[in-house]
Amino acid sequence: MIAIIDYGAGNIFSVKNALDHLGIESLLTSDIETIRSAEGIILPGVGAFPWAMNKLRESGLIEEIKEQAKKKPFLGICLGMQLLFDKGFEFEECEGLGLIPGYVDKIPETDLIIPHMGWNKLEYNHECPLLHGLGDDEYVYFVHSYKAFCGDSELCAYVEYGSKVPALVSDGKYVYGCQFHPEKSGSTGLRILGNFAGLLRS
Amino acid sequence: MLAKRIIPCLDVRDGRVVKGVNFKGIKDVGDPVECAYEYNLQGADEIVFYDITASHEGRGVILDVVRETAKKVFVPLTVGGGIKTVDDIRNTLRAGADKVSVNSQAVQNPELIRKGADIFGSQCICVGIDAKKTADNKWTVYINGGRIDMGIDLIDWVKQIEQLGAGEICLNSIDTDGVRGGFDIPMLKAVVSAVKIPVIASGGAGKLSDFPDVFLETDCSAALAASLFHFGELTVPQVKAELKKHSIPVRSV
Repeated sequence: MIAIIDYGAGNIFSVKNALDHLGIESLLTSDIETIRSAEGIILPGVGAFPWAMNKLRESGLIEEIKEQAKKKPFLGICLGMQLLFDKGFEFEECEGLGLIPGYVDKIPETDLIIPHMGWNKLEYNHECPLLHGLGDDEYVYFVHSYKAFCGDSELCAYVEYGSKVPALVSDGKYVYGCQFHPEKSGSTGLRILGNFAGLLRS
Repeated sequence: MLAKRIIPCLDVRDGRVVKGVNFKGIKDVGDPVECAYEYNLQGADEIVFYDITASHEGRGVILDVVRETAKKVFVPLTVGGGIKTVDDIRNTLRAGADKVSVNSQAVQNPELIRKGADIFGSQCICVGIDAKKTADNKWTVYINGGRIDMGIDLIDWVKQIEQLGAGEICLNSIDTDGVRGGFDIPMLKAVVSAVKIPVIASGGAGKLSDFPDVFLETDCSAALAASLFHFGELTVPQVKAELKKHSIPVRSV
């Protein structure tokens, strides 16, 4: 079972719908016991970085998430991916979960259309189990105005938008984050979610 | 590289597709869920439901359509038409829509854009605009399906809605809509250069070459069409193949 952490953020039903479609058992939850007993965890999220960290803090989930992310497959999606880093600079400096080294700040190029919205082509950087079975011409759906700044070793895949935008990051152990929405990225996204679920049993 | 998006729009009234959709292999051409699924298979980058249900009681039906579609279509879904309040936005997003498109109501009550963006994020607030030319490089904004001229300058309006927090603009030209002679390139150019948020071109697509034209001549992010796709005159893969020929980036499926 995958616990989809429900902290009042955005359209979390889409993640559940996609997992249902794949026949993967999941639960929308903010209950600590359920999160502890899950075999994998997804942290979704739409909204602003400080708002989301506050919500997680109010729900008493921050320490639990940090603990569980050391033990079982953990996937942050969109804002949920951004929260994995040490710090965010959306509106104000704000501490993140610190599961992946790096920070989150505005897309710096001033001549670009913002938000970065739409389908962009994945460029591969490192081998990653979530990318298994994908071809050379895979597009995934993005919508965001802030991006991650991280080291090469954490960067599994990126897209080009002005400069490199981290698309899929990992700590090399249990923690993964995707800036795009796999649940809205057609068959490519479903495969990535299926790959994540595959980690639960391996 | 970011792909240019091709967006079919389905007009829905009381839960049924208004103009018959000419798909092969669909049993019920009036079923919006089946039509959306077919567009998804064709490689549509997003799907828009435009709800033209007149009665207030009928409003719930579009939410059922979204709920059912979201269970089997895994590309972004937008719902436009009849969205008047923050509660309408919330209910539509909770049903599974990724964005709402507000039009007349945004003109009459611009605070709806600000409130919607503050609560749900700019990314899910698309503002639909119907505009008509009044002089060279001058357009005004209309509401109620292009029936009422609000006398508002188009360029002032798009700057204002960007300020209010809109995440995207869907720009429909009353002059080219239904004429099928191509998108309104001058109007699109003027709007794209006035704002930094993505602009969807709408109104006027009548043939294959209209799509490369709009992307080569303007910096719009997406093109939307309704009847052209419904009647099966063109398919999404045909449009994308044509764009590829012109080296315009598109998502292939």
